[in-house]
Amino acid sequence: MSEVDSGLLPLLTDFIAELRTAGVPASMVEAMDAMAAIRHIDLADRTVFKTALAATLVKNARHYEAFNTAFEVFFAAHREPGAAPSNTIERFQQSGSQPDIADLKRLLLKALTDQNPDLLQLAIRRAIDELAGMEPGRPVGGTYYLYRTLRRLDLEELEQRLWVLSVGAEATALEERLARDDVAARIEALKEEIKAEIRRRLVADRGKPALAKTLRKPLLEDIDLMHATRADLDGLEAAVEPLTRKLAARLAQKRRKPRGGRLDFRRTMRRSLSSGGVPLEPVFRAVRPHKPEIALLCDVSGSMATFARFTLQFTYAMASQFARMRSFVFIDSVDEVTDVFHPGVDFVEALERVSNQAAVVWLDGHSDYGHTFEQFWAGWGRELSPRTTLIVAGDARNNYREPRADVLGEMAATVRALIWLNPEPRSYWDTGDSVIGRYARHCDSVYEVRNLRQLEAFVGQVALPRRGRITQLKAGSVRY
Amino acid sequence: MSFTSAVEVGPRLRDAGYLADPRIAQVVFLAERLGKPILVEGPAGVGKTELAKSLARVHDRRLIRLQCYEGLDESKALYEWNYKKQLLRIQADADHDWSKLEHDIFSEEFLLTRPLLEAIRSSQPVVLLIDEVDRVEIETEALLLEILSDFQVSIPELGTITAETQPQVVLTSNNTRELSEALKRRCLFLHIGYPEIEREREILLTRVPDISEHLAAQVARVVSSIRNLDLKKAPSVSEAIDWARTLIALGIEHVDGAIVGETLHVLLKYQTDIDKAAKELAVE
Repeated sequence: MSEVDSGLLPLLTDFIAELRTAGVPASMVEAMDAMAAIRHIDLADRTVFKTALAATLVKNARHYEAFNTAFEVFFAAHREPGAAPSNTIERFQQSGSQPDIADLKRLLLKALTDQNPDLLQLAIRRAIDELAGMEPGRPVGGTYYLYRTLRRLDLEELEQRLWVLSVGAEATALEERLARDDVAARIEALKEEIKAEIRRRLVADRGKPALAKTLRKPLLEDIDLMHATRADLDGLEAAVEPLTRKLAARLAQKRRKPRGGRLDFRRTMRRSLSSGGVPLEPVFRAVRPHKPEIALLCDVSGSMATFARFTLQFTYAMASQFARMRSFVFIDSVDEVTDVFHPGVDFVEALERVSNQAAVVWLDGHSDYGHTFEQFWAGWGRELSPRTTLIVAGDARNNYREPRADVLGEMAATVRALIWLNPEPRSYWDTGDSVIGRYARHCDSVYEVRNLRQLEAFVGQVALPRRGRITQLKAGSVRY
Repeated sequence: MSFTSAVEVGPRLRDAGYLADPRIAQVVFLAERLGKPILVEGPAGVGKTELAKSLARVHDRRLIRLQCYEGLDESKALYEWNYKKQLLRIQADADHDWSKLEHDIFSEEFLLTRPLLEAIRSSQPVVLLIDEVDRVEIETEALLLEILSDFQVSIPELGTITAETQPQVVLTSNNTRELSEALKRRCLFLHIGYPEIEREREILLTRVPDISEHLAAQVARVVSSIRNLDLKKAPSVSEAIDWARTLIALGIEHVDGAIVGETLHVLLKYQTDIDKAAKELAVE
């Protein structure tokens, strides 16, 4: 490490430690790679430095956000910090003068129309000096300062003015639209710049580890699905689709397994002619393709609202993978929504149709698993077969009603496998009105699915050979 | 000829027909310096495979490609004994000494090399492209580990074959599943997303013959706007190129709303997406 500035090494170690605390699995080898990489680069260039660290330490695009946050905190100080924030605030508090917002807006507008980065930096610094009202020493992550600055800058008005400036008088609808996107992107970049500047000042104020701790957020795969925010869900939705593709591949895997069928004697003999009559390559009859048939029962009651949105997203994505999949939603009554999730339908539209049209409320709109199972068994039971995999998604909180686990038992005896996905922490199971234990007895498996990581694990495990009915379907191996 | 500095990578890739942004160039440079494979990830059609091909062109090296698929195994990826030939050899002189024969039939003469072994044994340095590595099962990934970290292959009957020249390895993944930690640890990671408007414009200018500056800029802007929409399948770079080619074939020099509306189907593959984009861009 002789070539690397000795001051950098401890900083880098702290940075990697912070990454690990944030959940990014940066291993020892990767840390050494990072050290090796920075010996080959120009350390003065911050972007190059960041690229080198990202390439060696982050191996999952979902972790970039955590990486970027940590990087901003740890390696931001190289930049000119601008006017010391505390002094400015004091000056304001003493003089009591009103910041000149109109002048500031003019400056920003000019910087944005000319696309002049230096002018923009100046404007941003002034904006934060005058509008953010930063108070030194407060243990905050800067979100409030950002909000305060943005609100007083009134970016919407700025966006509108920029847009008017950038479209000509006789612009077509298309050109107007393109200009709008362009302006929106510039405003978005401006927000990011302001955020970065606020963070730089917070680092100067409170130090790196403290700020990093405040800013730390759970990784996408660790977000609790029951309490996810809208922004989180948008991120999750993007991650769901590849998962369903994987699940589809896993469930249909038998189709492609070459061995497992019975020996095809005729074709084996035919092929043995090329090796002088020695049957070197046994040929097997193809196994009849196993078409995945899935029935998905999804609780959409109030307590499950966030999780339901997610499971419906999952359902929607699965529907485009499986030709023979039927989906049902329930609260205290069950209704089929297979048509709503027809591939090619927009998800938001589908969601609307589910909430408007599905007849899921029978009495009072509180979950009633017992009635749901009764009704499902009576109405659709005949369509379950030994080839169906039945997946139930719900917290099994039955509001102290009759659980009717016996009906679930009958269903379980009919289908190929019964899988239950429960979004509650395992420690809450069977507490209060949760009757998951009584249902679990009839399930082939019950999974705790509280976050994306667990959903991934579930998808991964579905394919593993297990005891029970699924393994019995496997054809015996042929000896030769 | 290897790269001497990072700034040189971009222009040289450009000469080979690949427009790398500074980040891509930087990672390519580091991979070469550290002697590590690059794992390229990103949506379909952003030029992941093309990067490997261009690297081969830049260095004037042979490109060896291993296309991954579910069910890929050792005998298709690494090596296989040509047992039919072995059998013939045994039959050709039946009364021979067994120990001598055994030694004989497990020699290189009876070895069928597959892409990975071929890349290792080449006397000239090669570029090894392991395409769509996320398609193989996680167990099969283990096959790659020895090659990726030590550039060697162990064959029980022959011993370990070490690379004479170190291949530059590029792996691509569409991220349909999580790759194993062991694999990722051995690689530098490069995520290629959709390009910025400016870079896409340049890509169009190099990849589409006869395109005018004006049309390239317009296409890049429209495509970028469409990508901002919430679609089932956002248009990739290759679809943008297709669209530009279509426009040129139709003799169009300037894009307006009506033309976008008529040719959207080149860019988007779902009817719902087409409807949505038409509505959003007000080109119905």
